[in-house]
Amino acid sequence: MQQKVFEHRLPNGMVVLGEPMPWLESVAFSILLPAGTHHEPSNRLGLAGMTLEMCQRGSGPWSSREVVEQLDFLGVERSSSVTTFHTSLSMAAMASVLEPTLEIAATIIRDPHFPDDELEEARQSALLELASIEDDPAQKCFKELKRLRFGEVYGRSSLGSQEGLEETTLDDCKKFHASHYHPDGAIISLAGNFQWESFLKLVERLFGDWTGMPKQAHAKVVSIPGSSHLKHDSQQTHIAIAYDAVSYNHPEYYQSRGLVGILSDGMSSRLFSEVREKRGLVYSVSASSHSLDDCGSVLCYAGTTAPRAQETLDVTVQTILELEKGIEPDELKRLKSRVRTSLVMEQESSSSRSSQMAYDWAYLGRVPTRKELLSTIDALTCESLIEHYSKFRPKSWSLVTIGPEPLEFANAVS
Amino acid sequence: MQFHNQVLDNGLEIIAEVNKEAFSQSLGYFVKTGSRDESPEMAGVSHFLEHMMFKGTPNRSAVDVNRELDDLGSQSNAYTSEEQTVYYMSVLPENQNAALDLLTDMMRPALRDEDFQTERQVILEEIAMYDDQPPYGAMERAMEVYFREHPLARRVLGTRETVAALDPESMRAYHEARYAPNNLTLVATGAVDFDALVQSVEKMTKHWKPSSSARSLRSPSIESEDVAMVHPPATQQYTLQYSPGPGYCDERRYVTRILASILGDDSGSRLFWELVDTGLAESAAVFTQEFEECGLICTFLACAPEQQEENWEAIRNTLAAGKQNPITDREMELAKNKICAGMILGSERPSNRLFSVGNAWTFRRKYETIQAATKHYQAVKIEDVQEEFEKLSDRKQVTVTVGPEA
Repeated sequence: MQQKVFEHRLPNGMVVLGEPMPWLESVAFSILLPAGTHHEPSNRLGLAGMTLEMCQRGSGPWSSREVVEQLDFLGVERSSSVTTFHTSLSMAAMASVLEPTLEIAATIIRDPHFPDDELEEARQSALLELASIEDDPAQKCFKELKRLRFGEVYGRSSLGSQEGLEETTLDDCKKFHASHYHPDGAIISLAGNFQWESFLKLVERLFGDWTGMPKQAHAKVVSIPGSSHLKHDSQQTHIAIAYDAVSYNHPEYYQSRGLVGILSDGMSSRLFSEVREKRGLVYSVSASSHSLDDCGSVLCYAGTTAPRAQETLDVTVQTILELEKGIEPDELKRLKSRVRTSLVMEQESSSSRSSQMAYDWAYLGRVPTRKELLSTIDALTCESLIEHYSKFRPKSWSLVTIGPEPLEFANAVS
Repeated sequence: MQFHNQVLDNGLEIIAEVNKEAFSQSLGYFVKTGSRDESPEMAGVSHFLEHMMFKGTPNRSAVDVNRELDDLGSQSNAYTSEEQTVYYMSVLPENQNAALDLLTDMMRPALRDEDFQTERQVILEEIAMYDDQPPYGAMERAMEVYFREHPLARRVLGTRETVAALDPESMRAYHEARYAPNNLTLVATGAVDFDALVQSVEKMTKHWKPSSSARSLRSPSIESEDVAMVHPPATQQYTLQYSPGPGYCDERRYVTRILASILGDDSGSRLFWELVDTGLAESAAVFTQEFEECGLICTFLACAPEQQEENWEAIRNTLAAGKQNPITDREMELAKNKICAGMILGSERPSNRLFSVGNAWTFRRKYETIQAATKHYQAVKIEDVQEEFEKLSDRKQVTVTVGPEA
């Protein structure tokens, strides 16, 4: 696995990352800005998303329509999103159009017009998106879990609230942009077919003279245990569970990730075997690692018809707690094999590589290589996983259910 | 890139697009059987069988199958549609033989009674999951109303009743008829050793017997109809309209796909600017669905229930404005660029190529490089798109809407 990761910090604080993948024809970049939902005033929930939307409605020399047409003309695939700590903008295109594509991205970030005749349209879109989650109970379940577990500030959804969206003014968007879209704390990562020196020159031209306030520190994130039930007239009950685990920047993160893998990676994983294969209780069941700064959690999901929901919850929690009894060498071997394959296959996609690099830098302040990751994973043993489990036992449980009836959740909450 | 194909004596066809430089390879069995090949009382058997194929063979238990899939580090899955059932995995090239051995063995499943009963519960959960999602219900209903007596009317998952009534014996018979080697294609893409592939498959499938598993093709007879459904927990109104379009063997499909992109792509299209960008609708889209002998042009709207009427009227006007508001050269250029760039970007992973190469061959017996495939779009003339646009609203239409109230 040959790999070269370039890193550079511009004098204004913006971090530039690049990994050439010359066997591809594409390039993909991710730009992370230090503008998340936790920066929103508490009476303007949804402001980060509204600001991002308004930034894409005309910037630099382009009108709202021209931005879209220009990106379509270049054949650019793009996405943008807001998380607790960041606003992100990602684009993928053929290598030959990197320069004009990045020029557009730079104007979206640095030079948006904020046309006042489009604010209402952006607001209506945001309200519709917020309303549509009501018809997607599984997603709604996770939104509620996040709110319950991480509290008012860190548990906010990027969709915002109806009141917050209704109150947002153009001035709010402009202020949010001025205070949080700045180079210190911003990261741009590029992967694919490109030359590092010319990319760096391009970034310097487009972002070198960008100035702004220094990155602000924020309060520690902590998890809050508890449970809630939302009544919904559905056939299935949706179950979302969370418990404490170490976060992505913790030295033992891969021990924890390994345990989640034993639970949920692949068709031979324990949750899939116990909940679906042996008992036929669900169509989907899963667990994943989640980090908010230093606060790590494991998030689990299971969806099942209401009469079987209690059994599904009980078996899911039981399966998690039974990790304590030990890990089979074969389970760990399969896990390692899956990780190795996915690391090799990561080289086939500039998009997944660029977003991973940006995420790594945001959490770790560096980009681990595949080789390093592979040796960390290779070093996992059944004993080390169990030792980690004993040290960081699941605790601080959260449970959210959506469905006709609430469930009993006494055994594990502590 | 090198293309290979070979037909074994038992009728099993093997094709591969070999790219020696790739990091991985993908393998897939494309089975020409889907919900359209089922009898009404067996509705859902193709999809149920797809689940059962992971439940073990005479040589492997269900647990063995799952463990081996993970041992190989594979990314694997399967899906069932109206037209086909596909089983696929992506692995590192060094695992070609082991992957092939597993996937090929899986094509001859044990279909044990006890596994059948447990898996039926999983299928019923899958049906319940989709029943809670109102747009999915609208889609199923629209297919039923549009296709009527035609086999494409049947639900891929079947219904609670048909799934509850299925038994292992009839599933075995269905498997025997539909999974004969001459109804299967093994497709491989990426870093594949083709000769070794053929050699192993030949050995493993020597005892497989061909059968006559024909598909009945006929044009659907369509009557325009409007249906309103109520799903009390829904908060949004979902409206779906089907009208006739080209099938996947029809050369006109490139014209229709470009027209659909210009009118209703999820970004930059006419409906996008009119309804989505303006915040009137959460989604307003036009897209195509293609089957063997026929196809659909689909129009979809998701919005607040009180805005449905006005939005739908706006969509109708936009789609009927062929003469007043003709397609421009700029729209053609943007749609072509967007479609072709998307195809090229998507083709970098062998796992994505598997479906393009596999479908082109199983649907049309045609292999094309990605560059050749994009040329079909580049060659489409504006006059043809304009002509298609002007005829759009004259077609028969089935419209289904679902929301919280009637």
